[in-house]
Amino acid sequence: MSQRAQEVLTKQRGDSGEYLIEAKHVKKYFPIKKGLLSRTVGNVHAVDDVSFGIRPGECFGLVGESGCGKSTLARVMLQLQSATAGQILFEGQDILKMSGGQLRNLRKKMQIVFQDPYGSLNPRFTVRDIIGEPLKVHTQMNNKQIDERVVELLRTVGLDPSRRGRYPHEFSGGQRQRIGIARAIALNPKFVVLDEAVSALDVSVQSQVLNLLMRLQRELGLTYLFIAHGLNVVRHISDRVGVMYLGKMVEVAETDELFRHPLHPYTAALMSAIPRPELGRKRERIVLQGDVPSPANPPSGCRFHTRCPFAQERCRLEQPELRAVDDGRLVACHFPLE
Amino acid sequence: MAEPILEIRNLKTGFVTESGIVKALDGVSITIEKGQVVCLVGESGSGKSVTSLNVMRLSDYDGGIVLEGEILFHGEDLVKKSQEDMRKIRGSKIAMIFQEPMNALNPVFTVGDQIAETLRLHKGMSKEEAQRKAVEMLRKVGIPEPEIRAKQYPHEMSGGMCQRVVIAMALVCRPELVIADEPTTALDVTVQAQILDLLRELQSELHTSILLITHDMGVAAEMADRIAVMYAGTIVEEGTVEEIFSQPHHPYTIGLLNSIPGFEGQRGTELYTIKGSIPSLANLPTGCRFHPRCPFATDKCRAEEPSLLEIGSGRRAACWYAEEVALKAKEQGAVIVSGKGE
Repeated sequence: MSQRAQEVLTKQRGDSGEYLIEAKHVKKYFPIKKGLLSRTVGNVHAVDDVSFGIRPGECFGLVGESGCGKSTLARVMLQLQSATAGQILFEGQDILKMSGGQLRNLRKKMQIVFQDPYGSLNPRFTVRDIIGEPLKVHTQMNNKQIDERVVELLRTVGLDPSRRGRYPHEFSGGQRQRIGIARAIALNPKFVVLDEAVSALDVSVQSQVLNLLMRLQRELGLTYLFIAHGLNVVRHISDRVGVMYLGKMVEVAETDELFRHPLHPYTAALMSAIPRPELGRKRERIVLQGDVPSPANPPSGCRFHTRCPFAQERCRLEQPELRAVDDGRLVACHFPLE
Repeated sequence: MAEPILEIRNLKTGFVTESGIVKALDGVSITIEKGQVVCLVGESGSGKSVTSLNVMRLSDYDGGIVLEGEILFHGEDLVKKSQEDMRKIRGSKIAMIFQEPMNALNPVFTVGDQIAETLRLHKGMSKEEAQRKAVEMLRKVGIPEPEIRAKQYPHEMSGGMCQRVVIAMALVCRPELVIADEPTTALDVTVQAQILDLLRELQSELHTSILLITHDMGVAAEMADRIAVMYAGTIVEEGTVEEIFSQPHHPYTIGLLNSIPGFEGQRGTELYTIKGSIPSLANLPTGCRFHPRCPFATDKCRAEEPSLLEIGSGRRAACWYAEEVALKAKEQGAVIVSGKGE
């Protein structure tokens, strides 16, 4: 990353001058093993040298197609998976260097809500057990206190507390996602990762859950990392948005700027690819050719050059760094869009 | 008016279970004309997929039964056909594209063989001729190096490629009607854009009619000539794509459109919501089945079920107050302020 980009990143931190959580040159490779001796024959470059930060109280949207590394990045930031290289700073401390005990303490401050409201709740636990478990693990509360807190949390997320003795299968998808949210906020965390938290829901339920998430952020002062592929949803809830492609962050910008004027060709293509529920928009999109290349064997130079309508010789040879352009925006492209 | 290819008339279907018959569709009527793209939209559990499985009579294999109504394909009632007759229609005259391209293909046959099988079965082609035609079809759906690809197995291809193969298979016998059940839902948006473009191109080239099932109002807006909005086993509104998007008449359609966060306008505002969730088909509310979630519901809605009636020319809505609702929605800039709630 260039000096200038580092400066812009520093400037983007805002008044407090600090990110709540910051990724610095984070890499996550998964080895590909083959043969009798399971020798490593290559690596899947899931996240490849990504740097960005999230300010306290902000919602940072992360978009990209499946396999681009958004979920892996989020998991690495929560230290659910360890990074291959790089630093993750949470309130200035590198969590990759922390001991088990320190990390356990930190877990109270960072939580995650998963995509699948069916798979992420233990079917043999009652709702009280599911939401009460983090309290049991991390606090000295007795059963009565835990029960009281569960009642309070269920009210907060808009569920009927009298149903806390029930099992997850007795709830609808939207209600289960509310249970997952209640569990995530049980310990009053500062940072919550929402990994496709509304993607599996029908639109009428999705808007209910989005409203809930926005209200909780206001009331509890939460910081979100919001991962989704629905760009309209990301636009609605996020303050800033990062766009990922094949393990690289290709653009980071304030939401309004990004949607008004995308700089990276991939961002522009992604936006135009989404069918909008409006009339008269047929046939004005940039249709990308081909599929996303394999992250085990990413293309040379700019990873997007194989599908980029504007690719030139330089793009094939030289990898563009995430750099600041004139108006202080960050983009990883040799020839950003005008 | 062009010639109708498919006419579903007052279709009522259900599934036989241990505890009796569970109703699935309750009086669905749709007409698809030659060369038309009709979209069925609605949330999960609204009966979109069941409608398609009923038309193909594939629901028979899952204990599905038709209780009432007709499915007229060129005037012939598919409900009365035997499975043997249906087998001749499926794949040759009516073809289907499924949501999961990986699961729709047989993993132990090459994709070329799978396409050729359709041709040999329905057109009686020789092996060589069918193979040649399969390669030609693969080229048509935009698969590079079709001669090589035809000899590959589904696992050697990406999701978008597989969906192209499924489309090739569906269109190779030049069916008059293609039923596409969420054909792009499992795909990434950039690939979805490719597949939608491909479907539209092939449709205009081959003059096929398409019944497209989707939960995505954006896909419907791009693809459809007509849209039918389903809710809990019935059609609540039907009209041209312009009618539905510029002036929706049913409170559910209005609610659906308003719930979607837009690409313009203020961010971070509270989104419109339809309160509650879709009712279970085993336990439907009395009267209008949307009334517990409707901001306009009156005693009449609670007592009597509205039928799908014509309003204006050609469009239909199943609401006692369709015209008032549409006016009110328009006055308030298509956003109904009442009826908020989680």
